[in-house]
Amino acid sequence: MGKITNEELLNKINDKFPGQLTVIGEPFGLLTLETGREQIIDILTYLKNDPTLQFIFLTDITAIHYPEAEKQIVVIYHLHSLVNNVRIRLKVFLNIDDVHIPTATVLWDGANWMERETYDFFGVLFDGHPDLRRILNVDDMMVFPMRKEHPLEDPNRVDKKDYFFGR
Amino acid sequence: MNNHPVYTDNDPQTELSTLNLGPTHPATHGVFQNVLQLDGERIVSGVSTIGYIHRAFEKIAEHRPFYQITPLTDRLNYCSSPINNMGWHMTVEKLLGITTPKRVDYLRIIVMELARISDHIICNGVLGVDTGAISGFMYLMIYREHIYEIYEEVCGSRLTTNIGRIGGFERNFNAIAFRKLRQFVKDFPAVLKEFEALFNRNRIFIDRTKDVAAVTAEQALSYSWSGPLLRAAGVDYDVRAMNPYCSYDEFDFEVPVGTNGDVFNRFLVRNEEMWQSLRLIEQALAKLEKEPTDIFHADVPDFYLPPKEEVYNNMEALIYHFKIVMGEVPTPTTEVYHSVEGANGELGFYLVNDGGRSPYRLHFRRPSFINYQMYAPMSRGMLLSDAIINMSSLNVIAGELDA
Repeated sequence: MGKITNEELLNKINDKFPGQLTVIGEPFGLLTLETGREQIIDILTYLKNDPTLQFIFLTDITAIHYPEAEKQIVVIYHLHSLVNNVRIRLKVFLNIDDVHIPTATVLWDGANWMERETYDFFGVLFDGHPDLRRILNVDDMMVFPMRKEHPLEDPNRVDKKDYFFGR
Repeated sequence: MNNHPVYTDNDPQTELSTLNLGPTHPATHGVFQNVLQLDGERIVSGVSTIGYIHRAFEKIAEHRPFYQITPLTDRLNYCSSPINNMGWHMTVEKLLGITTPKRVDYLRIIVMELARISDHIICNGVLGVDTGAISGFMYLMIYREHIYEIYEEVCGSRLTTNIGRIGGFERNFNAIAFRKLRQFVKDFPAVLKEFEALFNRNRIFIDRTKDVAAVTAEQALSYSWSGPLLRAAGVDYDVRAMNPYCSYDEFDFEVPVGTNGDVFNRFLVRNEEMWQSLRLIEQALAKLEKEPTDIFHADVPDFYLPPKEEVYNNMEALIYHFKIVMGEVPTPTTEVYHSVEGANGELGFYLVNDGGRSPYRLHFRRPSFINYQMYAPMSRGMLLSDAIINMSSLNVIAGELDA
């Protein structure tokens, strides 16, 4: 099968899920769509199982924290269709007080650790995940360290203050 | 495979024993902990604990200018750090819209393929050691040393290389580097042949590895496996061939695939990849003959540090030097995903930039992390000794696992 263009891809998804997706852009040729958590699993299932699309390869799941935005947490899925050699990026924006999103482990076994990592660093709660524990950080850590409110270094340190460097 | 009796509670005869395999165990080659439930020598269940050497690279990267992130990538897969370095440079170049001269691409391919060979040397050599054959490892290891000597000529360091810069290399390859490279290309095939002769039809090795930890293509894809492991299971996904970067599309090489994804297939795929890497290096050397010899970086004064003698004697160079070091050059506000074929699989960089001096967010898609999560589920019903070999053949590198 040949390559499908981003336009065809977008048309197909829009036909299936009318009005449920917003195009964010195509940075460097990678179609980026925004959707809600209610339909994310349906869309992922469709992308994976549709015989012409076949996004069978889950490249990555991660998140970003935008402290100034209304919806602060973004969960990002990168999928790759090995048959058509096309990638797609899906984003789901979540409120910081309500960081629930359904798990993708129902579709890919490999989503397990990716979601655990995302939970570990951003506190995103993947509903239905079989084993949502911290993975890289210690189990008794109280915070989600990749959120922007946590500084890289101890804020109480004084030896790196600017005034010591004449700034 | 798994045909043992059903267990009843409170029966001392069928009680399981718990084994802490790791975090520091001589057979696991790295900081890996697996808490295994054993029935005799058979694994009933296992739980992997990771994160022992987590160093928060993604957090640190949010506070560093782009060129200071290269040393962080060194420490992901430290058996083939040049691939990580190049992957990062190419991600930034993609973000900034820099195109590199052909000679830079060819030099990069040489360095990356050397790194792939050195990584596969370790993995396959150690797999031999774990099955009881130390001599093959000894034959090969000296060639990793020769590869490190080539790195030394190119960038001055050996393991954590910090090789190259955004836009190219910090210095040109010197004559000694080319001499050592040619010597390596000349000598290595005979040794690799000898290594294959020791293992490929060795009854003991085949008995230990064939049909051990076999993985179907569906399982491998479901677990997002990539690299030699996925190819051993029969899926011909190689980033170099599928999404060519760095002029790989001009080169003639084959993507070896296995049939049933067992340890033996993975071994054979890695061996064949070393041959293909040699082919790529030879082709790159031939192509370099036609390129001007003095080009080793792109012309991007905004991001490529000027030579030191000019910084000390020339106003413009000094300004550029300061602008780069202080990260004062504006960068586009966008996001980019770039992946390269690392020694273990698809090594991806997801960079979200807000125009500042450091990334707003940088995520590494680390193949070891993603490949390793099948380890505990696939160990069920396996003999402990097979699980050890399985771990060797996964080639999980602790630095890349834990980032």
